[in-house]
Amino acid sequence: MVGGVILIALYLVALFAGFIAPYGYERQDRDRFFHPPTWPRLAGFHLAVPRYEQLPGNFNYRAVPGDLKPIHFLVQGDKYKLFGLIPATIHLFGTGDVNYPVYPLGTDQFGRDVLSRLLCGSQISLSIGVVGILLSFTFGMIIGGISGYFSGTTDTVIMRLCELVMSIPALYLIISLRAAFPPGMSSAQVYAMIIVILSFIGWASMARVIRGMTLSLREQQFVLAARALGQSHLRVIVRHILPNTFSYVIVAATLSVPYYILGEVVLSFLGVGIQEPNASWGNMLTAAQNTEILRNFPWLLAPGAAIFVTVLAFNFLGDGLRDAADTKSL
Amino acid sequence: MNLLEIKNLKLDFGSGAEALRAVDGVSLAIGAGETVCLVGESGCGKTVTALSIARLVPAPPANYVGGEIRLYGTDVLKMSGEALRNIRGGVVSYIFQEPGAALNPVFRVGSQIKESLKLHLPEKANDAEVIRLLKLVGIPAPESRLRNYPFELSGGMQQRVMIAMALASEPKLLVADEPTTALDVTIQAQILELLHELKQRLGMAILLITHNLGIVGDMADRVAVMYAGQIVELSPAKELLRRPLHPYTKALMASVPKLRGDAARLSAIPGNVPRIGNFPPGCRFAPRCPIAKPECSKAVPELVEVEAGRWVRCPFWKSP
Amino acid sequence: MPVLEITMSLLEVKNLKVHFPVKPGMFGRVHEFVKAVDDVSFSLEPGETLGLVGESGCGKTTLGRAIVRLVEPTAGSVLLDGEDITRMSGSLLRARRRTFQMIFQDPYGSLNPRMTVEQIVGEALDIHKLTDSSSARRKRIAELLQAVGLDPIYAQRYPHEFSGGQRQRIGIARALAVEPRLIICDEPVSALDVSVQAQIINLLRDLQQQRGIAYLFIAHDLAVVEHISRRVMVMYLGKIVETADAKTIIREPQHPYTQALISAVPEVDPETKRQRIVLPGDVPSPIHPPPGCPFHPRCPIAEDRCRTEFPSLRDTALEHRAACHLAGTKITAVAPAA
Repeated sequence: MVGGVILIALYLVALFAGFIAPYGYERQDRDRFFHPPTWPRLAGFHLAVPRYEQLPGNFNYRAVPGDLKPIHFLVQGDKYKLFGLIPATIHLFGTGDVNYPVYPLGTDQFGRDVLSRLLCGSQISLSIGVVGILLSFTFGMIIGGISGYFSGTTDTVIMRLCELVMSIPALYLIISLRAAFPPGMSSAQVYAMIIVILSFIGWASMARVIRGMTLSLREQQFVLAARALGQSHLRVIVRHILPNTFSYVIVAATLSVPYYILGEVVLSFLGVGIQEPNASWGNMLTAAQNTEILRNFPWLLAPGAAIFVTVLAFNFLGDGLRDAADTKSL
Repeated sequence: MNLLEIKNLKLDFGSGAEALRAVDGVSLAIGAGETVCLVGESGCGKTVTALSIARLVPAPPANYVGGEIRLYGTDVLKMSGEALRNIRGGVVSYIFQEPGAALNPVFRVGSQIKESLKLHLPEKANDAEVIRLLKLVGIPAPESRLRNYPFELSGGMQQRVMIAMALASEPKLLVADEPTTALDVTIQAQILELLHELKQRLGMAILLITHNLGIVGDMADRVAVMYAGQIVELSPAKELLRRPLHPYTKALMASVPKLRGDAARLSAIPGNVPRIGNFPPGCRFAPRCPIAKPECSKAVPELVEVEAGRWVRCPFWKSP
Repeated sequence: MPVLEITMSLLEVKNLKVHFPVKPGMFGRVHEFVKAVDDVSFSLEPGETLGLVGESGCGKTTLGRAIVRLVEPTAGSVLLDGEDITRMSGSLLRARRRTFQMIFQDPYGSLNPRMTVEQIVGEALDIHKLTDSSSARRKRIAELLQAVGLDPIYAQRYPHEFSGGQRQRIGIARALAVEPRLIICDEPVSALDVSVQAQIINLLRDLQQQRGIAYLFIAHDLAVVEHISRRVMVMYLGKIVETADAKTIIREPQHPYTQALISAVPEVDPETKRQRIVLPGDVPSPIHPPPGCPFHPRCPIAEDRCRTEFPSLRDTALEHRAACHLAGTKITAVAPAA
């Protein structure tokens, strides 16, 4: 339940990322590299943000007390496209004043607002998970269903194929597959490529499990009854066998999404996934590798926290769904 | 003092507002060496009643809300954990419907029987005793059977092993919950024959749960018929079969096809067996009863002794 | 001279064999078979009920499924109205499936838990395109539900909302939807409460009277089979060992196994204190049936001939056939070797 609520919130935020984020993901503030989070203070009835001045030394900033600028809602700002389609410039909050920037999570090494990049990156990281499992699970279910229903040579061939795919260590498979793609692809192509790669790894284990369930469901009397009526094989699989695997599939799906998200994170972290300047939680974390940087600028770990929350939420949701499915089948 | 006396047992599943009463005021006594059959259909509470004798029903979710179960005078429902473990096997033993499920598949048959011996008669926990028990239940070549795993045995053999396990501790009462329902009819005949013989040889009392009235005729001294959590008729077996008194018993007997019977249309009991939590008000059989009157649904009839040793829960039992 | 009009049997099974290979592992060759059905022949007339009894492992369920081609026969033929359906496939077979249907034993497993009653019964109509509009379809489904004693309001409910007896009725409605002339009933009442069994048995009889459907009634309960069938066949280890009129087979069983089966049935009538014939041992494995007569290891009257010579099913009396060298010998009570 908790997991479900958190996830709905996360996805809604991702949907409106461009609007909620105070700045565009590419916008660089060259005066403010590694700027700490600008915590708002209370000034009268408004939330206000202080001005920061730069101190001598590397990337040292200090808030100037008393010099505050209130934060307004629905301010004009950088251009972006809502839902990727509608051009807009309104943002949820901001000061409208360049000298009083609002960086709730600070900036990164290029002076870009971490929160904005986090929100824009969420669109990519969260959607890859969902689209990925949809693809791989649908494919896995059909293959598994066919394999279990027909048995014999078909089954043997398909299962050996599955085992082949599953026996290759996922990480190396991901990297090798990535290497098979040409460099210099557009970001949309990179996005599609990542989904295809991750799906390719995921379908095999689903196919195996569905095949096992099909083997036992096939002997159920209601399946025999459908065959006795003269139902075609394909319809028997799709109408009778697969729907009875849903309770397992839904749970497995929710518990697998984190792996897809992490898959994208790994790819981007290694530099072979989502490329700069596009933001994704994975490539944002590449900046956070250095312990020096981490010690001084810990807000760069924000994507890690976001990943943590998301994965946890999916696990809670999956557990909850599994419990709900159990009682229904009693 | 009777071996077993169940007095007004009441058992709920769940508690508070959502409690579902599974056993509603059941009273039954069994004397030493007696065979009593508990007859009823699914959901009537017969299994739960039988399991309660050794307090085997997991509580929660079960809740004993009334009555007592006295084994040799001591109330089982108030016993401590250690006393309970002693009577389980020591005084009361169980055999169940699915022998394959009741035997642990990863242990050999011999060691499972020995386990029972170790708990109650440790001085006899040896191979010789196990072989004696296997012979007692009619398993051929018991010396080699010792080392078999349950899956290597047929259904009938598994049931015999379960009986051997139950008897190992020399119980005074054997509770058999539908022991032959899952077996073929020729194997069923073997097992019933075996139980009959063991009863005579060992002087054991048997509580036999079944839904098959034919078995009652073969095996029972007395019969209790249960419906929807209550006993509706209690009587010596021959009397009941010759002349049933409760409308449910009569209807049940009329609806079962008999061998060599005529091919006339069976008089089926209309409706469905009520499930726990959905018991009708008043007499629980009234909605399906051929002689039901309006007052039957107003109050639950009492179980009354209408002839010597014959109890019926129906004020209109005299009607044809 | 009057000409004998020979009407064609509705169903004729000839030398049917269903042998399942015993899987030897990945590389071994198959040389062992489970002879589930071993050379079975019989016929069934329109509107007749033929009972098939036997214990577990005798092959009766496999026989039923082979006739409906849910299991492929290894050899032999199944003639429906004279046409051999074992040679058919594809749309021709599908069309023929309207003639024969099956109802199953497990009321909880024979209905798809994710489909409503309407979908379950409607599927039959849809496969064979029996209705041409959705209102006609709804009407037909309502008719079918009423025919089996269910209120049509229940059409939108799911199987788990019904009791065992009601589910069995839904299964019967599904089978009736295609208007079959033959229904194979595979233990249709064994899994039901005793008080409900009679309802379903009566329903099946009523439907037969109204629609002239023939039944192959497979069960292990002799009393039920005797009650509903006109003729009865007894199966043991894949073979038919006796077949006769229902009353006759109970009153004058000729095969020792039939006699043992009958005497093993617990009787409700307390007056009949008859002696039981208790067979020793267990049903042997269908992979290695004994030589000669398959029943001889358990038979109380087996002779040397029985161990070596296989007794074929032959006429022993009018309309009565048994597969036994010593058919007709009455066995008295036998207690098992202790």
